[in-house]
Amino acid sequence: MAGLLFIIVAVSTDISNWPAFVAFFLMIITVTQIAKLPITTVAKRSLIEIPFVFFALLMPFFGTGERFEIGSLNLYRDGLLAGASIVAKGTLGILVAINLSATTTAREILRGLEILKLPTPMVQIASFMLRYINVVNDEMQRMAVARSARGFEATGVRQWPVLATAAGALFIRSYERGERVHLAMIARGYQGDLPKEAQIPNNPRYWVISLCVPFFALVISILS
Amino acid sequence: MQTNDSLVIEELAFAYPDGNQALFGVNLKIKQGERVALLGPNGAGKTTLILHLNGILASGHGKVFVAGKLVDSTDKAALKQIRSKVGIVFQDPDDQLFMPTVGQDVAFGPYNMGLRDSELDKVVEDSLSLVGMLEYKDRPPHHLSFGQRRRVAVATVLAMKPEILVLDEPSSNLDPASRRELADILRSLNITMIMVTHDLPYANELCERALILSGGVIAADGKTSDLLKDSALLKKHRLELPVGFTL
Repeated sequence: MAGLLFIIVAVSTDISNWPAFVAFFLMIITVTQIAKLPITTVAKRSLIEIPFVFFALLMPFFGTGERFEIGSLNLYRDGLLAGASIVAKGTLGILVAINLSATTTAREILRGLEILKLPTPMVQIASFMLRYINVVNDEMQRMAVARSARGFEATGVRQWPVLATAAGALFIRSYERGERVHLAMIARGYQGDLPKEAQIPNNPRYWVISLCVPFFALVISILS
Repeated sequence: MQTNDSLVIEELAFAYPDGNQALFGVNLKIKQGERVALLGPNGAGKTTLILHLNGILASGHGKVFVAGKLVDSTDKAALKQIRSKVGIVFQDPDDQLFMPTVGQDVAFGPYNMGLRDSELDKVVEDSLSLVGMLEYKDRPPHHLSFGQRRRVAVATVLAMKPEILVLDEPSSNLDPASRRELADILRSLNITMIMVTHDLPYANELCERALILSGGVIAADGKTSDLLKDSALLKKHRLELPVGFTL
């Protein structure tokens, strides 16, 4: 929740307001420090941003409007700003996401969503997805093994129909599994709600602590 | 009807909506505490019969009584009671174990029956210790071996304190050790049991009595060892003992 607010504040801050961004980075680094995340983990997971950075680097070269030169490079001012904005805001967003995913298990996130009053069917669907993603993945791998055991190699477009049928078969199998699971649920008296785990008291202190991060970000963004 | 009958089925017939008739008048009685093997070839209607026991399928004709109570799939409140009385262990444990942890999964049934907090915890722990899986309570099911998952699946159903335990192919895909462990567990439970299986030696090991369901009717009903000795009967209903196995 706090993470989302922080991202919103960061994204809505104008890029030319660069001191604010320095402050944002300092804040997120502090949070990472408090969470005791090893810097290598954070760095490794940040690699996902590289494609975006690549496009952002291209932006100053293609654009319209005011131009200026740095050495032999001929750059567009708008493009440079937009590129810098993507890199800065993207990095912030990713750091926030890494903090969330590294400190919180998927189950805790689901429980959090439930506390935040997300409709129960949605939470249930997400939790079933978590449970069965391994099962479906195993099934997919078994199918792949069975294909290659009979000499199949996906080398080009001509093999696509085979892969498409396999995907179709996987879909139907998963669907049928869904029906069997539902049957098993009914057989044990399912009526629409799942047992909840012992609730962690929804302590207002946690709210205050976590919300102060986006709050300070907002203050900085307005003041500077 | 005697009161110590766990299950009474009278003239049960059923056709699927596509017109495929699976059951043609099944009659049977199972006493409390009996362990009965339900044998029969593929497509004999075994699964269809089982799904009638707790009203998942509504009978086309005939009646099913569980512990003296009529299974009526139109009566929602009564169905809830019936479903707590008939525990079905499905063939693929992955279909049955759908919650994030073993403990939560075992809690699913009793929770739906209205148990909460310490009562719920106690039922969960009791059921898991019956199948020797208590130490796995907080583990996610997909990290367990197949045999362990099958045992947890049995625990999820035991947690409902059922009158009848129904097992669909309990020994399928188990290695010999898990198969024996499961047999020991099943023998230790003092409960009425219906076991659907193609594993005839397993049926003989665990069940005194056996039924052969073939072509949608009960074709034979008797002592398991007697039925399995009758090779003509077995052949007629596409059943076979493993090669080299004699009684």
